[in-house]
Amino acid sequence: MIVSSEKTISNELNKPKVLLELKGIKKYFPIKGGVLKRKQGDVKAVENVSLQLYEGESLGVVGESGCGKSTLGKAILGLEELTEGQIYFQDTEIQHLKRKEKIKFIKQMQMIFQDPYASLNPRQRIGHALEEVFTMHTNMSAGEKRQAVIDLLEEVGLKEEHFDRFPHEFSGGQRQRIGIARAIALNPSFIICDEAVSALDVSVQAQVLKLLKKLQQKYQLSYLFISHDLGVVRYFCDRVLVMYLGNTVELGTVKELFDRPLHPYTQALLSAIPRPSVHTKHKRIRLQGDLPNPANPPSGCPFHTRCPIAADVCKGEKPEWVEYEPNHFAACHFAGQPIA
Amino acid sequence: MMGETLLEVKNIVTEFRTADGQLPAVRDVSFSLKKGETLCIVGESGCGKSITSLSVIGLLPSNGKITSGEILYEGAPIHNLPAEKMRQIRGNKISMIFQEPMTALNPVLTVGFQLREPLMLHHKLSKSEANKQGIELLKQVGIPYPEKRMNQYPHELSGGMRQRVMIAIALSCNPGLLIADEPTTALDVTIQAQILDLMNDLKSKFNMGVMMITHDMGVVAEVADRVMVMYAGKKVEEGNVNEIFDNPKHPYTKGLLNSVPNVDDPDFELEAIPGSLPSLHEQIDGCRFHARCKFATDICRSKEPPLSKISDTHHVSCWLEEEEGKLG
Repeated sequence: MIVSSEKTISNELNKPKVLLELKGIKKYFPIKGGVLKRKQGDVKAVENVSLQLYEGESLGVVGESGCGKSTLGKAILGLEELTEGQIYFQDTEIQHLKRKEKIKFIKQMQMIFQDPYASLNPRQRIGHALEEVFTMHTNMSAGEKRQAVIDLLEEVGLKEEHFDRFPHEFSGGQRQRIGIARAIALNPSFIICDEAVSALDVSVQAQVLKLLKKLQQKYQLSYLFISHDLGVVRYFCDRVLVMYLGNTVELGTVKELFDRPLHPYTQALLSAIPRPSVHTKHKRIRLQGDLPNPANPPSGCPFHTRCPIAADVCKGEKPEWVEYEPNHFAACHFAGQPIA
Repeated sequence: MMGETLLEVKNIVTEFRTADGQLPAVRDVSFSLKKGETLCIVGESGCGKSITSLSVIGLLPSNGKITSGEILYEGAPIHNLPAEKMRQIRGNKISMIFQEPMTALNPVLTVGFQLREPLMLHHKLSKSEANKQGIELLKQVGIPYPEKRMNQYPHELSGGMRQRVMIAIALSCNPGLLIADEPTTALDVTIQAQILDLMNDLKSKFNMGVMMITHDMGVVAEVADRVMVMYAGKKVEEGNVNEIFDNPKHPYTKGLLNSVPNVDDPDFELEAIPGSLPSLHEQIDGCRFHARCKFATDICRSKEPPLSKISDTHHVSCWLEEEEGKLG
């Protein structure tokens, strides 16, 4: 008896704590048309996504544009209303909480956007824009707020003198730092980075990635890192989720997924990345065609129209989400089969 | 197959007239391009790489001007041609693909109309002949149902398709030189791979010279024969693609290579270049990179480095190399 209870304790210690859990999330956008604007169908932007995000980890979400990765991020934050499914944050179902209750949790979830310039008021000084966060959520005095903002600016590598500047006076990298400052202002535990470094030049991108990593270590942050750049994801993330047409196709640790991708789509994505090296010329797997229209997704496996190893079963039957190896999931009838 | 020199750019300076006075965006840049060769120009946004290409094709904004230097296309100067003459070259001998196909294509004209236009203007084809050739071109760039696409509008096509249409238009008159300004930046990786393959195929088929502007070192390794690295309006290093990747000399080139995360190497440590690109009107003494360079010495802060030769094809403009050369 004693032995077994010790065992459970040690298991619990080793197991990372779940911060966020998604259960069967669906988000459909209605398509309306005709004279009466009747609903004619749905764009299935996110189709039945379930996953767990642990404390202090970075989970990358990759896929082509239109695969639903941004919608997933917005749905988690409540910026899009879910069609179906539940979101648990720190073991609490947050969807149906009253507004007052909800705010407590929402404060801990923040987002960093791709283009910080678009999310800043061009006529408002940066310091004042950042102060608004504290005006909304705390009872600080004006002096305290100013000090808090200056601390924030320094935290993200800016200086006190930037307080009174306008957004246009900053470079792209600095603006992204402001976006980060705003996101960490309320000591969140979870941040969604939606293509946060995609618009930056490589040298600045590296600076911002390093800053995000530093903050993660300092504040035990969890990131949901939405990106289309697999190189960045490999560098930055612990686990990766691959999405295709709103469906999750593969989930695994960075190492597993990059070294031994199970799903043919993941294999194709990985082989399509141009490598910054002149010696390792490898054969690319050429995917034919474009992403199908999400309003009219293919039957069966959504990837079968472009999949080089698709068989009849793929057209008819949607593959199950299966844990093939510990912590390595995929949805494919032929998971693990090499395609080229 | 690489043969005679197609394009020669000699010491061009491109300046912009602004409220703050003349701003030089390209400072004394020289390079050349042979037929059948791909030259990649790399650098961060604002380093002058796009302005260099716009100078070549004569599409500078109205306040921009090439104030000195020469651009020779097949031996003849093109930098001082009158607008009408330049128009006959543009789209005919030199053509360009832009980053955003949606903004480069006219949204209210059909794909067919935009594809026929250069053929009718430059090659004086009749509408039906141009139509036939347009369909042929769409086939060449791998667009399914080309007859149907001719009557569609740009918004009806996907991003990859639009970029293919742009390429078809650019290639319609068999240009000798194709300038591609970040042609795949806006595309997804799987589509990017398709477009890069397509451009490589077409290049060897038509023996074109290609000038590709990009900031993605992965793309460079994939397509380039030669690479030119620019920083703040200046050329800092130039060499064959192998020389640049295996033996980068300039600290900036090294920095660029080290700031791209490596997909195949899990333990790769990113090394960011500190700071950001100086603005155009900033007066910088000495080497323009010295403020961000960890090897900077006194001479870097006071005197501009000359171009030193590493090999016949590999040149770098850095004091470190110059000093080393003297010692060796």
